Amino acid sequence: MDLLRIERFIWKSIMDTRERPLSPHLQVYKPQLTSILSIMHRVTGVALAAGTCLLVWWLVVIALGGEYYTIMQNIMGSWYGRLALLGWSFALFYHLCNGIRHLFWDMGVGLELRRAYQSGWLVIGAAILLTLGTWTYAYQSVGAL
Amino acid sequence: MVQWGSHMAEFSLPANSKVKTGKTFKAAAGAANSKKFQVYRYDPDNDENPRLDTYEVDMDTCGPMVLDALIKIKNEMDSTLTFRRSCREGVCGSCAMNVDGTNTLSCIKAIDDIEGDAKVYPLPHMSVIKDLVPDLKRAYAQYTSIEPWLKTTTPPPPDKERLQSPEERAKLDGLWECVLCFCCSTSCPSYWWNGDRYLGPAALLQAYRWIADSRDEDTGERLDNLEDPFRLYRCHTIMNCTKTCPKNLNPAKAIAEVKKLMLARR
Repeated sequence: MDLLRIERFIWKSIMDTRERPLSPHLQVYKPQLTSILSIMHRVTGVALAAGTCLLVWWLVVIALGGEYYTIMQNIMGSWYGRLALLGWSFALFYHLCNGIRHLFWDMGVGLELRRAYQSGWLVIGAAILLTLGTWTYAYQSVGAL
Repeated sequence: MVQWGSHMAEFSLPANSKVKTGKTFKAAAGAANSKKFQVYRYDPDNDENPRLDTYEVDMDTCGPMVLDALIKIKNEMDSTLTFRRSCREGVCGSCAMNVDGTNTLSCIKAIDDIEGDAKVYPLPHMSVIKDLVPDLKRAYAQYTSIEPWLKTTTPPPPDKERLQSPEERAKLDGLWECVLCFCCSTSCPSYWWNGDRYLGPAALLQAYRWIADSRDEDTGERLDNLEDPFRLYRCHTIMNCTKTCPKNLNPAKAIAEVKKLMLARR
């Protein structure tokens, strides 16, 4: 009887081809400044690449002539156009500031957890201030909304 | 993000890994002060998906740490619960798991530090053998690949050991304390997506431990072994590793030191 059980156990071990599950990862891991800023760096990088195409298109439109340029200006000047530009300028400043943070890390500076959190918040603050500053300056120089 | 290469990052769990709701085990009648522990369960002996069982643990008769609660559950409520543990004081690295959303050693994680229900999962993005027991084969193989022993070419001094100055020895502080629990590697999104080719913070911290050792004479080859787009350079300084290390070590800094040495020898 015992031998039979052992035999069944061995057979089961050999024949068990069932795939093991993968433990939860993104689904359960707590979002934290470290990972959030990292993924933001990537997302803003992609946004900047897309924004660069937009910038090129803007220049192309200038070459195409006044009519097309007016259409483009209307699109970019609309509320959603401005919103996209606001997002794009934030992406630019965030990616720039966090890129500088990465340069310090590459020199081995600021890798202590406390410092990484300080520089993280600093980057967020700087990106917001630079964005707001740019838009304030832009509206002031244009003189109207 | 999606990796451009031979394979893509999978953000969601495969069908056989989705976690279902499990059973609830009530606290004994008269328990005035109970806390809910939601624990990941997977039984390899049937065809069911993993599930989340809920245990109401009487805190008045439970020790202070998460491991105490798990042992109490196993002893008094459900003997089938499976997990690794040994030293119960944070020096063996066996009871590494994901508690309350971050990886830690359950024996030094205070229950009082967890707000609301305590959620307990195995180390993330690992192949699960049973319940809270992940398969660490690959992680150990990666550790082996960095050749974690002293390598020399010169003969040892005839009359004494290979000596270090206190300053040279101090360079190993923050490295030798690692207990190889793999909390850091399994907290790293880069390791989640590329764990088959990226060595991960635990193995890389150990690699630096031997590179930084003044007695080791194999630094060049050790660096050669890491000079690879994946093995070392999949580290994007996310710093989840340093954030989660239960021994308060800094794998991210160790990896940065290796990268600096790579540049310096160009």
